[in-house]
Amino acid sequence: MTAGPDTEHEPTEGRWATALREIVRGRWTVSVGAVVLAILAGSIMIAFTDERVQEASVYLFARPGDTFTAIGQAVGGAYSALFRGAVYNLRAEDFAGAVRPLTQTLNYATPLIAAGLGVALAFRAGLFNIGGQGQMLMAASAAGWVGFGVDGLPFPLHLLLAIVAALAAGALWAGIAGLLKARTGAHEVIVTIMLNYVAFYLLSYMLATPGLLQAPGSSNPKTPPTPESAQLPSLLGDRFNLTWGLVLSLVAVVVVWWLLNRSSLGFAFRTVGENPRAARVAGINVPRTTVTVMLVAGALVGLAGATQVLGAVTTGFSSDIDAGIGFDAITVALLGGSNPWGVLAAGILFGAFKAGGSTMQASEGIPDEIVLVVQSLIVLFIAAPPLVRAIFRLPAPGARKRPEAAGRRRAAKAAEAADKKEVGA
Amino acid sequence: MKKAVAFTALAGVAALALSACGAAPEEEPAGGETSASVTSDVLSCMVSDAGGFDDKSFNQLGFEGLQAAAATLGSEYKQVESASESDYQANIESLVSEGCDTIVTVGFALSAATVESALANPDLSYVLIDDAADNDFDGAIDAPNIKPLLYDTAQAAFLAGYLAAGYSEAGKVGTFGGQPYPTVTIFMDGFKQGVEYYNSEKGTAVEVVGWDGTDGSFTGGFDANETAKTTAKNIIDQGVDVILPVGGPIYQSAIAAIEDSGREIALVGVDADFFETDPTTQDIVLTSILKGIDVSTEEAVTAAGEGSFDPTPYVGTLENGGVDLGPLHNFEDKVDPALVEEVAALKDAIIAGDVEVKSYLAE
Repeated sequence: MTAGPDTEHEPTEGRWATALREIVRGRWTVSVGAVVLAILAGSIMIAFTDERVQEASVYLFARPGDTFTAIGQAVGGAYSALFRGAVYNLRAEDFAGAVRPLTQTLNYATPLIAAGLGVALAFRAGLFNIGGQGQMLMAASAAGWVGFGVDGLPFPLHLLLAIVAALAAGALWAGIAGLLKARTGAHEVIVTIMLNYVAFYLLSYMLATPGLLQAPGSSNPKTPPTPESAQLPSLLGDRFNLTWGLVLSLVAVVVVWWLLNRSSLGFAFRTVGENPRAARVAGINVPRTTVTVMLVAGALVGLAGATQVLGAVTTGFSSDIDAGIGFDAITVALLGGSNPWGVLAAGILFGAFKAGGSTMQASEGIPDEIVLVVQSLIVLFIAAPPLVRAIFRLPAPGARKRPEAAGRRRAAKAAEAADKKEVGA
Repeated sequence: MKKAVAFTALAGVAALALSACGAAPEEEPAGGETSASVTSDVLSCMVSDAGGFDDKSFNQLGFEGLQAAAATLGSEYKQVESASESDYQANIESLVSEGCDTIVTVGFALSAATVESALANPDLSYVLIDDAADNDFDGAIDAPNIKPLLYDTAQAAFLAGYLAAGYSEAGKVGTFGGQPYPTVTIFMDGFKQGVEYYNSEKGTAVEVVGWDGTDGSFTGGFDANETAKTTAKNIIDQGVDVILPVGGPIYQSAIAAIEDSGREIALVGVDADFFETDPTTQDIVLTSILKGIDVSTEEAVTAAGEGSFDPTPYVGTLENGGVDLGPLHNFEDKVDPALVEEVAALKDAIIAGDVEVKSYLAE
């Protein structure tokens, strides 16, 4: 492809692209700092909403010890419940029961990692994939339809077919957004958001229509259960919910890492993400790369839909099978710095929040909202790296100054080199 | 700027100091307060669906029943709210590991997860509100330790339909629902049968808008939003003067549509007595179709806590008071006393089996 002279000038795009890059490429210290700050802020909220603290604070000056004891109990109780629900249950009778929370965390993390990779990959190519919900719903529908619509296939084949169908459906749904962006310049944020609605109502319709996804004999908007021949087998035996879906997500992490850092396709993705104009000059077909990125990203999000239907919720699903994962994936990708290994860590952290949130509610009566507030605060702090750096007195990264138009290509290359170093380290 | 901040901070500290100057209570023995009111060591628990415990519908009513039962038993209770369907299984599981003896869940959405947990924990008791716990559709409960609580609301809706038909001057009454779930359409269907019964008794031709016996008007969700308001408006525009919105908060959209129309249109409430639960409706609520979720949940949980758990499905009817028609309140003067008497007689006739109300729960 030949690159014509650069005639378009979009002064805002450069600024937004820079902001996006700074947000998604923040250092891991900022991520850790954001998590620490969010947990601290969460403690304050837990302390304030706790009834015993409120009662004791009325006579704070008469006997301050009571208030501080109550605060300690509330916050300590909350985070120990989080630990007990997400990592290791010290109260369990045997070892299997004790590590069960950890498997629950990994179970919740499985779709978050897969979908997080999908969003992160799009980020690296400079695309905001807000359509995780729609891509997951379409993938789940496809997996479900193959699961209970196709009869007579033996176990591994049936499962494989269902997974392939889910990946294809996710890729197709995201590909629509990619194609519209490449061909017409439609902004991917708007297109993917709208496709979320289309997918949601399409699924609602299919769930309410006998003969499509609705369970035969029922008039509730729910599908039949996934047959055993299409279920992901359990990874650690029947005592745990953990399935081979986790392994699929881990494989996806490695594949994305390889794709981004060792393949020419990934190089094209990143170059387009860093500077589309420079990429075009360098002979990269930008529209085709955009479509390819969205296809791959959609397939990754589709994997999340597949693990939901074929592993996590096998008793039949309804229209909230996405469980907000499509949006949580954006947070996971941001927290993970759009790096596959970072996404893996962030996915497990969020899985832990989800698993522990249930125990926090059950044993300490802390509303689920607090857990969600902590999650949202993490995003907030990550979106404001200078704030986190100021609080923890972290050094500002040096080579962040954006050179002007003439030097852009050189800067992009320098960033590439820096990336390689980071990954290699 | 700095001064302003400092001043605000000072004011804040002062306010805090003033409010924190109360006298300390006497020292209590360790763990005093909580253990004093707790006399029973059974633990009753509940998992909500995505609607949450403040949904003004089955989650909330079920939770109130659970709290009342815990008060009767003198026991503790725990609750977990679900954010989406992938939480159901994990939330039930975390209540099991918290040591709950009775677990209350709601709706068809939690049905499969409840059955799974019930089969894995045969020693625990489960109460499932508004679902038969029959996911393989063989007509039997899928686990021996689940008590389904079901409500034949068609019976009460039948009375509401009869009353509405007699009250309507326009000769047209309307209804619409959230989504075509059986637990929603049972209201609409009973309502329609009541109107038809009125017509056959009186030789009138009161019309029902929004439900034809198999299909009708639905908002597509259970949110009080513009779609719900438009749906209500479409029904109102066809000239009805009584409207029955079925599905949690969508009645609020119906009220907005009634206000916009500027006409006098009466509202029929569902689940709880709207006159009591939402005082803003007092001027327009003709009556409410009551669904005794709170009372029946309380009874089931109390029985389980006392060791007399009975997994026989409970079906609320007019006869056992599980469903009923609420009082007329402000509409007492506006409704013909003869009509009120007829409704009372009709209730007796339904209980006696002289008048048949069809629904999926009626044998």
